[in-house]
Amino acid sequence: MNRYSAWKYVLIGVALFVGIVYTLPNFFPEVPAVQVSTSKANIKIDNSTLQTVEAALKAANIAYRGETIDPTGIKIRFADGDTRLKAKDVLQQKLGDDYIVALNQVSSSPRWLASIGALPMYLGLDLRGGVYFLEQVDMKAALDKAADRYLTDIRSLLREKKVQYAGIAREGQNVVIRFRTAAERDKANAEISGAFPDLALNGADAGDQFKLIAGLKPEAQKRIQDGAVLQNITILRNRVNELGVAEPIIQQQGADRVVVQLPGVQDTARAKDILGRQATLEIRMVNDDPGALEAAIGGQPALGNDLFTERNGGRLLVKRQVVLTGDRINDAQPGFDGRTNEPAVHINLDATGARIFKELTRENVGKRMAIVLVEKGKAEVITAPVIREEIGGGRVQISGKMNTREANDIALLMRAGALAAPMEIVEERTVGPSLGAENIQKGFDSVLYGFIVLSVFICVYYGLMGIISTISLVVNLLLLIAILSMLQATLTLPGIAAVALTLGMAIDANVLINERIREELRWGDTPHAAIKAGYERAWGTILDSNVTTLIAGLALLIFGSGPVRGFAVVHCLGILTSMFSAVFVSRGLVALVYGGRKKLDRISIGQVWKPAAAKAAGQ
Amino acid sequence: MEFFRIRTVIPFMKHALVFNVISLVTFLLAVLFLVTRGLSLGVDFRGGTVIEIAYSHPADLARVRNVIDKMNLGEFAVQSFGSSNSALIRLPLKEGLSSAQLSERVMTELKADDATVSQQRVEFVGPQVGKELYENGALALLLVSIGIVAYLALRFEWRFAVSAIAANLHDVVIILGFFAVFQWEFSLPVLAAILAVLGYSVNESVVIADRIRENFRKMRKATVPDVINGAITSTLSRTIITHGCTLMMVLSILFFGGETLHYFALALAIGICFGIYSSALVMASLVMWLGVSREDLVRPDKRTGAAAREKILP
Repeated sequence: MNRYSAWKYVLIGVALFVGIVYTLPNFFPEVPAVQVSTSKANIKIDNSTLQTVEAALKAANIAYRGETIDPTGIKIRFADGDTRLKAKDVLQQKLGDDYIVALNQVSSSPRWLASIGALPMYLGLDLRGGVYFLEQVDMKAALDKAADRYLTDIRSLLREKKVQYAGIAREGQNVVIRFRTAAERDKANAEISGAFPDLALNGADAGDQFKLIAGLKPEAQKRIQDGAVLQNITILRNRVNELGVAEPIIQQQGADRVVVQLPGVQDTARAKDILGRQATLEIRMVNDDPGALEAAIGGQPALGNDLFTERNGGRLLVKRQVVLTGDRINDAQPGFDGRTNEPAVHINLDATGARIFKELTRENVGKRMAIVLVEKGKAEVITAPVIREEIGGGRVQISGKMNTREANDIALLMRAGALAAPMEIVEERTVGPSLGAENIQKGFDSVLYGFIVLSVFICVYYGLMGIISTISLVVNLLLLIAILSMLQATLTLPGIAAVALTLGMAIDANVLINERIREELRWGDTPHAAIKAGYERAWGTILDSNVTTLIAGLALLIFGSGPVRGFAVVHCLGILTSMFSAVFVSRGLVALVYGGRKKLDRISIGQVWKPAAAKAAGQ
Repeated sequence: MEFFRIRTVIPFMKHALVFNVISLVTFLLAVLFLVTRGLSLGVDFRGGTVIEIAYSHPADLARVRNVIDKMNLGEFAVQSFGSSNSALIRLPLKEGLSSAQLSERVMTELKADDATVSQQRVEFVGPQVGKELYENGALALLLVSIGIVAYLALRFEWRFAVSAIAANLHDVVIILGFFAVFQWEFSLPVLAAILAVLGYSVNESVVIADRIRENFRKMRKATVPDVINGAITSTLSRTIITHGCTLMMVLSILFFGGETLHYFALALAIGICFGIYSSALVMASLVMWLGVSREDLVRPDKRTGAAAREKILP
């Protein structure tokens, strides 16, 4: 009669097993841990690092509970937060600035679970505390800067090619060049379009004025904008590394925005400070007098000099007078020396910068200049090249004594001095860790108490069929949590509310089925026929109603942001799991309970009130 | 136990006009309040800064107000939030002052006044982002409506689609009306709740529409109002039980979910209550006014057709 085929039981069994395994990690509490990782490409976190870490902890007499090593770094677990803080200080001191030592929370679930990818649900910032920033890159500034750069380049090109021009200026994002004759203009047009394929050139004549308007082509504009965003992301990433955050997220959103998520950050003021700060780049002359350097190392620097450390560790005495600042640098790119093919950094200065640099190099041939990065009052000499000859035109090349990676780093640092374009925080959400824990508790409570009341009611109202409904609801919850854990979808407080809501809505399918069975019984069907008809008839309705709910969920997923998207994810997944559990699981259970009996007199589905019977009884 | 011992088919459609007038009046009232009082838009949509602070002792709101008043930050509001130790500060957008600076300056001043204060939460939304969130919300509502109409038109018939969406959008307007009347804060989670309710209430309309179609097949001689009455009556029990169950969960969120989910749960609760009424009475009567007939619906259908029934019965 109401038998259920074996493959369906197998399917339910498999779903249940997988569900339980993937839900399991959520039951293990999180323990405090320290995470060691690196941002440097040439440093590998491997077993030798782990040995260093363990040795350092042993030397400092700090007890730890276990360690794991995975692609994100080394994680060491501790018994309590205090020990962890102590360990962090010890490790940071031992490992130095090349490593990021961050506080983290690690699940205490057994290793075999993690090895099959069974992890606890990924909690959103509103549940674990942390900072969320949405930063907008000022694209107009980026394009203005590009136009400035082209202005310098065009000027030096025209001089080089001996093209006579009456004036050159930036107007908005265009470079306007004026000529006295049409012939000169045409000559310039040919030279510029040959040298700068990214520029679109337009002629404009007014009386005896011959103008050439150079603007960026749309594709070049897009490239500059993309480049600006990417460069800003790189800079932000460097700054975040300094903060020591365990799992930062920094990614582009849309054309001109950057999302920064720093989970678990406690000192939000410091985070904002570091992210928002401006690094400055300074070019100063090196004091190469060996006696003065020795005196400085001995603790007595000459007046008007600063003692700095080079990136390779050497000491350098640098004059205090700043000859050029990073504002004058339009761009810095790694590349190769055209003659020697050595790695080099190509720097592009703006008009004023080019003039100053020309004077500087003319007067200081054979001397060294230092390029200094100043961040938060901490100065570091990026490189200190020797000036070989006078350099005009604003195009500077630094080469020698560096490999490709160093060239990359230096170019990046020089650009970091000058952000590609200013950024502004357009959205901020900060949640303190204690509020996060409170939110988890509240969310959990609302699911728990709601579920208890609901189950009791359904069991009383529908008898055994109600118990079956409740069990299928539990399966629904289990599968939902398992899928959320599996996908590592971000769980937010509205997401937990969605779990509660989904359970409340999922009962709809069960009610539909049970009511339908009651109705069939009322019309005098046999119990077996009633069950069969109930499930078959209800299925169409369940499908229809879930599709409409799913439409709403998907729209929220597409247009929602932040916590609302968290709601939508859970809502959509919950609809899918509820369809499975209401139809498959509860049907399977009913078949298990009633299916085997050949002669079934009644179903425990609460009281079925029949109008005909009531009339006969004289009610 | 069975709550609903309905002996006869309740003649809902006889009073269709009355229900429609009631709906129209509540709808117009909601619109009136929306127009005159407007929604109290939260920081998500309007832009601005919200700072939640907590003290180790009950918060003295007047003192907090006093401190912020001295900072000259424009029209601000300080209110209690959740427990008595917490307070919520709302600050308007201010030109030339970034959120980072603003919340820090406020916290510095408050700390100077009382060192036990701690920052629990900061939300800052810039004017551009606020506008976008607003537009995206409206777009989501539009998309949901179109999606539902299209699906119902495909599955049933255009009259059902139009009636269902009209009935359920009327619910949405009424929820918004409540938010306007009481000046509850309209935030992103509330918008999510409204969209969820829209999808959910349409369920209800689907169930009834399903039944109407089935009754048209079974009750070959009945009039259209009788068919509709029969459909509403036979689904009434299920409607109330289902909505009651969902409401239990929603009330649990309302009571235990804390301040953050308060208005979210409230919007859901109102939506669910009105959802029962509008699906059963507004939608069904609209279908009737639009002139639905047996011929529009009875097509050979394998799944719920008469043939299927004969197979089940011995």
